[in-house]
Amino acid sequence: MEYLIIIISAVFVNNIVLAQFLGICPFLGVSNKVGTATGMSAAVVFVITLATLVTYLLHYYVLVPLGIEFMKTIVFILVIAALVQMVEIILKKISPSLYQALGIFLPLITTNCTVLGVAISVVTKEFTFGGEAHLLNLGESVVYAAASALGFGVAMILFAGIREQLELVSVPKAFRGTPIALITAGILAMAFMGFSGLV
Amino acid sequence: MSKLRIIANGIVKDNPTFILVLGMCPTIGTTTSAVNGMGMGLATTFVLILSNVFISLLAKMIPDKVRIPAYIVIIASFVTVLELLMQAYVPDLYAALGLFIPLIVVNCIILGRAEAFANKNTPADSALDGIGIGLGFTLALTVIGMVRELLGSLSFFGMKLSESDGMLAFVLAPGGFLVLGYLMVLFRKLTDKKA
Repeated sequence: MEYLIIIISAVFVNNIVLAQFLGICPFLGVSNKVGTATGMSAAVVFVITLATLVTYLLHYYVLVPLGIEFMKTIVFILVIAALVQMVEIILKKISPSLYQALGIFLPLITTNCTVLGVAISVVTKEFTFGGEAHLLNLGESVVYAAASALGFGVAMILFAGIREQLELVSVPKAFRGTPIALITAGILAMAFMGFSGLV
Repeated sequence: MSKLRIIANGIVKDNPTFILVLGMCPTIGTTTSAVNGMGMGLATTFVLILSNVFISLLAKMIPDKVRIPAYIVIIASFVTVLELLMQAYVPDLYAALGLFIPLIVVNCIILGRAEAFANKNTPADSALDGIGIGLGFTLALTVIGMVRELLGSLSFFGMKLSESDGMLAFVLAPGGFLVLGYLMVLFRKLTDKKA
């Protein structure tokens, strides 16, 4: 039950892009087509889940015993960068077809702030999912990470669908490109506000 | 290039928010009030100036192949310094900005300037570039914060202008996107006659 609440909360109520403002660069940058948006989202789900698992273990079994939690920003970003590189190499070797689909998005993910953002939040922020505020345990962290990434995917694919339609509309010159995309995102965020209070 | 020009470029021609459209997450995430926006802008400026100077000093020593990871380590170190300083001296602002302080590491403005400017210019020019871009970013964030605060909670830099409630949506998520979108249009109109 608690896992279900985590998933609903992370995908809809506290959507990582539209309510927490993380990952807006790829959200605006690679959302021109539904196909690319889907590829990017799949790569993000994969990397965030893996990265959160690794950084969570590293934080509680290495940084905390050594008393150097303040180093987490440096350690986490290096782990994420290395992990992305590794995933790229492994994927190329064992599943060329998946690599074809996700390959070009992988290098972009290192600087996608959702990955570092989720990795840092699960070890520092206290969450209330129906019960008392508490730091997440390993299982909850991984579920939360995967659900957040899924929320990123949902927002991204919806937005790409809208932008494909927007291509066909004549927009005043000063609004073309990013401004109209931002205004559209604002309206989408307003729609997502309807979910607040659900959990 | 004259020294003043480098700074002016960062504020107008290469404005990181309105022209280059970089670092959107903190731009929307932290501008719930003018003070928060300004705080975030100044925090980013601090990291940007220091990382620009250090990367420009070390550019010749860092092998080309590993330059990106090397830059990220330099940036992450300064972000950690900033985190500790803010925890010690401005804990309220640190709490308000929260996650967005460690996330300065992945702010594309900083890595972007390292690649586009700092690694081929002198440390002094790189510092000026950091100041210019940083000020441009701070200014943009302050303006966005000001508009959102004014519409959302009817106050100006924390001073309450009216007792009634504002339009709450402007402090919440949708307002961030909408205000940034419309300000970008305005900035284009003002700087580009053709638009």
